[in-house]
Amino acid sequence: MKKEKQKLSRTQLKKLKMKRKVIIWGVIVSFVLIMSFMAPFFLPQDPLETNALMMRKPPSFEHPLGTDNLGRDVFSRLLAGARTSIFATIMLVIFSFIVGTTIGVVCGYYGGFLDDIVMRFTDILLSVPQLVLAIAVAGMLGGSLVNTLIAIGITSWTSYARLARSHAMRIRQLPFINACRLTGTSDATIIMSHVVPNLVGPMLVNATLEIGSTMLNIAGLSFLGLGVAPPTPEWGAMVSESRNYLQLAPWAVFSPAIAILVTVMLFNYFGESVCDLTNTKEA
Amino acid sequence: MLKYSLKRIVKLIPVLIAITLIVFTLMYLTPGDPALQKLTSQGGEVTPELLSEVRHEMGLDRPFIIRYSSWVLNVLQGDLGNAYTDDQPVVPKLMKALGYTASLAIACTLFSVIIAVPLGVYTAIKKDSLFDNIIRIFTFTGNAMPNFLIALLLMFLFCIKIRAFPVIATASLKGMFLPTLALSIPMISRFARQTRADVMSQLSEEYVIGMHARGVKERVILFRNVLHNSAGSIITIVSLQIRVLIGGSVVTEMIFRWPGIGNLMMNSITARDFPVVQGAVLILATLQILVNLLTDLSYFLIDKRISLE
Repeated sequence: MKKEKQKLSRTQLKKLKMKRKVIIWGVIVSFVLIMSFMAPFFLPQDPLETNALMMRKPPSFEHPLGTDNLGRDVFSRLLAGARTSIFATIMLVIFSFIVGTTIGVVCGYYGGFLDDIVMRFTDILLSVPQLVLAIAVAGMLGGSLVNTLIAIGITSWTSYARLARSHAMRIRQLPFINACRLTGTSDATIIMSHVVPNLVGPMLVNATLEIGSTMLNIAGLSFLGLGVAPPTPEWGAMVSESRNYLQLAPWAVFSPAIAILVTVMLFNYFGESVCDLTNTKEA
Repeated sequence: MLKYSLKRIVKLIPVLIAITLIVFTLMYLTPGDPALQKLTSQGGEVTPELLSEVRHEMGLDRPFIIRYSSWVLNVLQGDLGNAYTDDQPVVPKLMKALGYTASLAIACTLFSVIIAVPLGVYTAIKKDSLFDNIIRIFTFTGNAMPNFLIALLLMFLFCIKIRAFPVIATASLKGMFLPTLALSIPMISRFARQTRADVMSQLSEEYVIGMHARGVKERVILFRNVLHNSAGSIITIVSLQIRVLIGGSVVTEMIFRWPGIGNLMMNSITARDFPVVQGAVLILATLQILVNLLTDLSYFLIDKRISLE
């Protein structure tokens, strides 16, 4: 009896610790998000202003992260670019989440022929190297942020669709859904008020886990010059622009690259803490 | 085994058809007139007569389905058309580049597995030790690193600071070192994490406890049973990572100017030489499908029970 009590409190303690972790990372991530949206209003210098006298200057008091090959302040560009990089990532994750979940739920709930076709299609998309397809699409459409998002979006919804489908198939067979059907509730109502609320939790956890890799994909494409048009500050594009001056101005290359690394790590830590917490809840 | 393989290969046919369709449609939907692009990329004056002549020559005035089927027939005969820029056949160019990409991919996969699997096993045994924690920080960081950051860091350290390597990778064993390392670091991170997780879950299985109780040596349990049982999921993650590797190789090849398919593809995108891009996507996608097939077949070799399904 006593032993059992101890064991219970230990798992509770573990859960509390996990909850605390989620809250800490959640606060940090929301802080980064808010900062990235507010940053363009607090820029120390104009991120687009070039200065021929200040080209490739190392970090100093005036320019905390130095200047790039056109004499622009790297720190200001980094702050201004945060919104583009993070906003694009979040948009793409939300888009894939909505499209993937909708398709997955419909396929999982109805099953049958439609389901077969869509699942075959996701199989095919999953068997093509994602980034290569995205590069080809973005390259052929021409580089712009929207085209980059389209190029990655073509394949990114598939993993959400598969996950949503498997959840919808499981939920469909639960007794309370049958009860709903017996009372004559329409399919649309069942899906919206019973199936979706029951799978949105695990889907959101998956989405938080995907933020990091989505950001890396976008950064990869914009590094290849397929993202935003040059003067606009964006992290991947900043690395790409300064890459030829690696020897003369390494700060201009590594500052945005490290900004990507740190942001991705934050999102990954947050995603993992959420995942840990929900797993213990189920167990 | 033969029956299973045949079944798998037959299943590939619709996938291959779909891929040719995707690749072809991509080209079809591309904004701009291919005939005009071909003429402008070759230089010289473009007259309306010349344009319509080239359009007819390229079959652009025919309907989609006919163009697609004649393209597929050509592909089956190993003809991917001619490049816009120099009017030379695409296939030899792609094959030459494929050799470079494949050697990089093989070197990188081997290197990563050799480093990561022992690392994963060791950190699983010494869970929560100092070494485990240090490796965990490394793998977590490696996982979140954009691949251009790794490549540029290596280039900065080895080519600019130490000057041990030339900045432009020559197509030699020495030149291969840095691109391989750059591609391997994120792979090692993911493999090591996966291996550690698998071995740890195996170690808590009852058969391991039973073997311990019977006094079987730790080493025997680990190498004969645990590793064998985790092999399936390690192979899965390796094959999944090859997809990431193929994508990542584009960035790395471009940075080190390694003359592989990724580099060729980027140069062709810049030159708007789409037959080459089309061919590159087709070849990389086929490569990925072959890897998927080999993965499925290797599950069979590890665990004979799979064929019963």
